[in-house]
Amino acid sequence: MTPSTPSTTALLRAHRVHVAFPGRRGAPDARAVDGVDLDIRRGEIVALVGESGCGKTTLARTLLGLVAPTEGGVTFDGRPLEYSGRSLKAYRKRVQLVLQDPSGSLNPRHTVYDAVAEGLRIHGHRGDEQAAVAGALSRAGLRPPERFFLRHPHELSGGQRQRVVIAGALVLEPELLVADEPVASLDASVRGEILALLLRLRDDLGLSALVVTHDLGLAWNIADRVAVMYLGRIVETGPVEQVLTAPRHPYTQALLSVLPEAPGDPVVLTGEPPDPSRVPSGCRFHARCQILAGGEAERAGVAEACRTRDPGVLTGDDTAQVACHWAAAR
Amino acid sequence: MTSENGTIKEQTALAVPSRSLAWRRRRDSAARFWRQYRAHRAGLFGLAALLLFALPALTAPLLVGDDVDSVTDAPGGPLEGPSAEFPFGTDQFGRNLLGLVIWGARVSLLVGLLAAVLSVAIGTLIGVTAGHFKGWYATVMMRITDWFLVMPTLVLAIALATVMPRSLLTIVVAIGVTTWPTTARLVRAQTLAVETRPYIERARALGGGHRHIMSRHVLPNVMPLVLAQTTLIISTAILAEATLAFLGLGDPTVVSWGALLQDAREAGAVSSGHWWYLVPPGVAIAVVALAFTLCGRAVEQVLNPRLGVSR
Amino acid sequence: MSLLEVRGLTVTYAGGAAAVRGVDLRLEAGQKLGIAGESGCGKSTLALALLRLLPAGARVGGEILLDGEDVLAMKWGRVRAVRWAGASIVFQGAMHSLNPVHRIGDQIAEPVLLHGRATAAGARRRAGELLEQVGLPAARASAYPHELSGGQRQRVMIAMALACDPRLIVADEPTTALDVMIQAQILRLIEQLVADQDVGLMMISHDLAVLADTCDRLAVMYAGRVVEEGPAAQVHEDARHPYARALSDAFPRIGDPSSRFAPRGLPGDPPDPSALPSGCTFHPRCPVALDSCTTEDQHLREAGTAWRAACVRIGRDGPDDAGPARPREGVPSPGETTGPGKEARPRTP
Repeated sequence: MTPSTPSTTALLRAHRVHVAFPGRRGAPDARAVDGVDLDIRRGEIVALVGESGCGKTTLARTLLGLVAPTEGGVTFDGRPLEYSGRSLKAYRKRVQLVLQDPSGSLNPRHTVYDAVAEGLRIHGHRGDEQAAVAGALSRAGLRPPERFFLRHPHELSGGQRQRVVIAGALVLEPELLVADEPVASLDASVRGEILALLLRLRDDLGLSALVVTHDLGLAWNIADRVAVMYLGRIVETGPVEQVLTAPRHPYTQALLSVLPEAPGDPVVLTGEPPDPSRVPSGCRFHARCQILAGGEAERAGVAEACRTRDPGVLTGDDTAQVACHWAAAR
Repeated sequence: MTSENGTIKEQTALAVPSRSLAWRRRRDSAARFWRQYRAHRAGLFGLAALLLFALPALTAPLLVGDDVDSVTDAPGGPLEGPSAEFPFGTDQFGRNLLGLVIWGARVSLLVGLLAAVLSVAIGTLIGVTAGHFKGWYATVMMRITDWFLVMPTLVLAIALATVMPRSLLTIVVAIGVTTWPTTARLVRAQTLAVETRPYIERARALGGGHRHIMSRHVLPNVMPLVLAQTTLIISTAILAEATLAFLGLGDPTVVSWGALLQDAREAGAVSSGHWWYLVPPGVAIAVVALAFTLCGRAVEQVLNPRLGVSR
Repeated sequence: MSLLEVRGLTVTYAGGAAAVRGVDLRLEAGQKLGIAGESGCGKSTLALALLRLLPAGARVGGEILLDGEDVLAMKWGRVRAVRWAGASIVFQGAMHSLNPVHRIGDQIAEPVLLHGRATAAGARRRAGELLEQVGLPAARASAYPHELSGGQRQRVMIAMALACDPRLIVADEPTTALDVMIQAQILRLIEQLVADQDVGLMMISHDLAVLADTCDRLAVMYAGRVVEEGPAAQVHEDARHPYARALSDAFPRIGDPSSRFAPRGLPGDPPDPSALPSGCTFHPRCPVALDSCTTEDQHLREAGTAWRAACVRIGRDGPDDAGPARPREGVPSPGETTGPGKEARPRTP
């Protein structure tokens, strides 16, 4: 079954985005996002994967306008994002956020009705508020919606809370949803339903989504494209079928090889991702790269390049790309 | 809670449905609050004591008559001991002390409540805005708060009371503007904690501005703390009022417990052993202050860590 | 004599929630047993019960035989001796299990000193050895927990669990909050330590694939009971119980075209231990439930060699029909509400 084909113009585009957080007292800046181009088209689900500290959460928040980039910019529907109060507020109606922890995302003192209606009230919704709330709850899978109006978050299960958060985002009828680890805190058996919901929203409403996750299986389940991030840069991007079954970047290969059911030997990288304030020279992955360490890079003649030359920033389009000297030399 | 609400079709269009939902929710949460409060024996005791004082205070004109403080029409002889006719005895003018204590309750409770409300209002406003906006505004506000915190409240209150005209309003203002710093600091700390929660970020992502976040998210979460603080500050305020009146800074035309104590001292009740003049007002102040403290602690325990059952 | 044998364990909490409702397990020395399940299934309760770490109001029944001795019948002094030296636990949420104001070297040495096994100097030396064993330099013993990363803290927790040379280690969700690569490192470390020291390992997780990779045998728990138990690879790939199959399907295999745009899950939520459904507790969510499932409770039946599952379908119409590979026409398979052309069927939330 093929998903609906996304259109070719980008709905949301990040262009040469850099986000640096100042270090304290003379320490170097933490370069959370160090040059990223990313396009998301209408009707497309893009998975942004990486480990903690790679900058994916910061990038997601930058795309939402919650964080202003230190360099580069974000464009939505052809127009660059302005960071004034009014234009950001208008932007919020079109791009919405779903956070990881549904129990923390809902104010424990507000009822479900209030939580979903909040967006409508902020934007001064004219028309029947109750109908809009009920519609959003239904679309998020909570039926009959009236039964949930007066409940509080602590009376609901994790899956139901996440649906309430999704309903709160849907009620504004956005065009794009940014979901930060939408199922990480949910039980395994509930995961499928929430992911199925996101797919259904894409199919029925044409909703695009950027899903930030560390779970590659999630990307396999619902994403059209995947972008793998490491230390503030996207190191490989492309259609999910291609990147996840035939990865070209050593980091992607290592990540896939350690999954429990992966074929072949697992490549367990030693150590941990370095500090974003101390990005290695050359290719930022070279210090942990199994290809460089194993001598294959030497044999391919790119070892020196790996240590000294930055592979550059990948473009945001939907072609399969990889930021690696060794992969490019093959 | 289920079919009672009805489906969308059954609701009359635009018949302010969300307001009726809000009322039902408030009623439910008030019932829940009372059920939990009832479980605290100390809180119930405090509440009972308060009612014991509040009811006579409210009905004083009917109960005692408003001429009880009339010096010329005093019913009894000076400084008579407790008897069947005068359960608390009489003062140096022959006035019925029981009646005076009941009248005094009105002033003491009123001033205490008003002063506490003023104090908590100032403290909450400063605390929430300092916690939310941070930056230089917060720094300035917190330094001012620290300054007020360090100043001895009583000295400051006395200073204010002496320069302002002598009236109940002066007392209320004097207590209100000197006791807000504790509330401000607590509220600011709570605001900072609340704003780290993900639902604040969600509110921002939905498009909420400063006013929305402070009023719809921060304030309701800070309210339990504020309520508990209010009840605790009421007892402080009552004690402060009594002190100021005792020192002669209160309104000389009204009867209050502190004023009674001052009169007692001037009448030499301490040295001459007329205990019935001193003990009732003193005990009344102590009991009311204690009652408010107990209620405040019970409210705090009920509202504080309760986020309901976790699954 | 098995290293660990659990017979008919029941645990009911003070509020009436029946967290564990009759569990039988066996674990030999050097063997690795995985316990899979979601929130409310009782797996963490099971782990705590092994060392009598449950809160005061909990009522415990059955037997827990550690090297033949019943932990539940032990005298208090013996329990304290067994804790950590007989069996130790790597707790869930290692980030919060370390005291932030003590150095990690002191925290690792603490159980050694409590069990009177060494002097202060000896304990410090032992802490250094343990840190090396888990892949951290011994010099890190003077660090505070906040100076370490998540993966490093988890290693410290494992070092602590090894401190008194236990015979059994229980790891409760040891890798849940960690990244994929760190998770791989930690699992590899656990496997190596278990092999070197010939201890028994009981690993608890909600990720069936991780357990299948690491453990020899798998037991899947649901609503306080074991619903399937058998060789790890078989339970993971070809589960007989519908719940175990759904749990296995929840995390897709990358490269498998059948899970592309087809996330699989179950409707509803894991049951509340204080309000369990009647009959087979899984029936409200079961894609292949029969009418009898609402009234008849299920017990474990033989489904193969050393393999049992608690489903009425086992052995009914032949062993191959036991699992819901693809259910009958008209019954939606879990998660199959998506894809173009398929109308979303509303489920009761």
